[in-house]
Amino acid sequence: MVKTFGKVEVLKTVNQEVRAGEFFTLLGPSGCGKTTLLRIIAGLEIPTSGNVILGTDDITSLPANKRHVNMVFQSYALFPHLSIYENIAFGLRSRKINPDDIKRRVEEGIEMLGLGAMRDRMPDQLSGGQKQRVSLARALVNEPDILLLDEPMSALDAKLRAQVQEDLRRLQRKLGTTFIMVTHDQDEALVCSDRIAVMNEGQIVQCGTPEEVYDYPCNKFVAEFLGAANMIKAKRGTGGVETDIGFFHLDKMPDWSEGLITIRPEWIKIRETEPEQNGVLATVEDSVYRGTNYDLFLKPGNLRVRTSAYKHFRTGDKIWLELTAADLVALGE
Amino acid sequence: MKNKQILWRGEMTTKATLFRKGLAFLSGGISWLLIFLILPGLLFVGVSFATRGDHGELLWKFTIENYERLMGFSLFGWTPDYLIILWRSVEVAFVTTLVSVILSYPLSFFIASRPAKSRYVWLTLVIVPFWTNMVIRTYAWFYLLSPELPLAKLAIALGFIPEGTPLYPNAIAVYLGMVSVFLPFVTLPLYSSVEKLDWSLVEAAQDLYSSKFRVFRQAILPQTAPGLSVGIILTFVPAMGTFVVPDLLGGAKYMLVGNLIQQQFGSSRDWPFGAAVSLGLMILTMISLQIYSRKGKEIEIL
Repeated sequence: MVKTFGKVEVLKTVNQEVRAGEFFTLLGPSGCGKTTLLRIIAGLEIPTSGNVILGTDDITSLPANKRHVNMVFQSYALFPHLSIYENIAFGLRSRKINPDDIKRRVEEGIEMLGLGAMRDRMPDQLSGGQKQRVSLARALVNEPDILLLDEPMSALDAKLRAQVQEDLRRLQRKLGTTFIMVTHDQDEALVCSDRIAVMNEGQIVQCGTPEEVYDYPCNKFVAEFLGAANMIKAKRGTGGVETDIGFFHLDKMPDWSEGLITIRPEWIKIRETEPEQNGVLATVEDSVYRGTNYDLFLKPGNLRVRTSAYKHFRTGDKIWLELTAADLVALGE
Repeated sequence: MKNKQILWRGEMTTKATLFRKGLAFLSGGISWLLIFLILPGLLFVGVSFATRGDHGELLWKFTIENYERLMGFSLFGWTPDYLIILWRSVEVAFVTTLVSVILSYPLSFFIASRPAKSRYVWLTLVIVPFWTNMVIRTYAWFYLLSPELPLAKLAIALGFIPEGTPLYPNAIAVYLGMVSVFLPFVTLPLYSSVEKLDWSLVEAAQDLYSSKFRVFRQAILPQTAPGLSVGIILTFVPAMGTFVVPDLLGGAKYMLVGNLIQQQFGSSRDWPFGAAVSLGLMILTMISLQIYSRKGKEIEIL
């Protein structure tokens, strides 16, 4: 599927399958085309070429109001002149469902998201978190085939966000509805998703479970976008790679002769003595306390290591590091 | 208690000082309204109960004859002539407003969807007619509706009017003139609402299975209501009292209350009756606005 706006190609070739009942996340920096992709699924944009297939039906040319897909908007987009109850009932009323069913389903929605006390209030009397729940209820009472979430937590504060991440995940598991979420926040993606598609410049760069994309990033972009990563320039040798800070054995050999290898800061092990394999003697340049841990910045190689909060090092301390062969990942292009 | 210190917008003051200051600021406006609106208004009410002398002069003799005449009662029995004129005025104002609103919606959306630069060109095109005198603009319709031009030719070909006649004076010509005069009064305030429209609400309505009508009703109308309201009032009120357009394009048979008033203060030299008609118009306008604000609220709630 391709989408262009004027001369700008927002989406290059995207070919992705989302499984029924999974929590699928499109993760990427702003401007990577993830929201455009979501809007194409919702029917709010038409792709320049390509198709949107839902189940076995081609819904590419089906207008938004005929698609059994509902969206939670980034700004929530609650109707300001309607009460919370009427907002939630909106989609059901559009479809002219019989009043008894509307009442039952809206009540279920109110119950499910704990909005009982708010049913008669107006949207401008609600906090951000409450508005978000109304927006969720408004979409879910329609029992859509797919629920789309456009940066659903961007307007919430950090503490509430963590709570909502868990709530969303639990809600999705309970309902079994397919959720497709767009976010630029890696925590959100890792916590909620069954699978994550990392997007950059209009393309899906890597797709897999949170463990797969975090533990085995396919290239530099994915490695750096999802959490912190040490980047080490390397040349291919026998059974490992040659770098400026020594030779490292790898479990999985790269297919390039020159490239990058990476290791997460929390996977580097600190040793009292020189390890048998993949050892580096490093000097502490700086030590930053982060509550749960210390981040050490080391020379040579600009290595970054995450230690526990109990291990304190001073600038100038010399330590042995072990970069285990299993934790070192050779990155592709 | 009066001299108790209070904090008002970061300033320590007393209620009495605040009151004096406020009054001082308002005094200019209040005296302007008093001298140029309230006093003449009261005088006007007085005149409407006075009597016309034989030569058109004003006699301060109390009578309710002017109002009786307006209601259609005279020495020769009851005729609804004046009531018809009043009703026709309401009708013309209503239809003019309605047509202007119907035309303004697509126009406002069209302008709002232009790129920022050319938007101002389009807006200027809407405003340009204001720069020309209304009488001249109305005369322009004489040319546009003249027998030599396609509009009248079409009407002749279809057999609506005889060969060689223009498309005026008649009701359609009046509406053409009225709408062209009042369209900007609706378009400009409506455009200011349309420009600020939150499109995510429109998309939410579409996403929630709404028909096109329901999208308009629930997502666009409530958001554009403020501009629409201003436009309706700005059009309806002056349209009720207008007299240039119906006078020129409607002919002698198509009299509106504006023409009636103008006639009383002009050629008929009957100020008391003119004042009575004017007050009748004012009351009718107020009743219309009252109905509008009630109905308007109902629509909001719906």
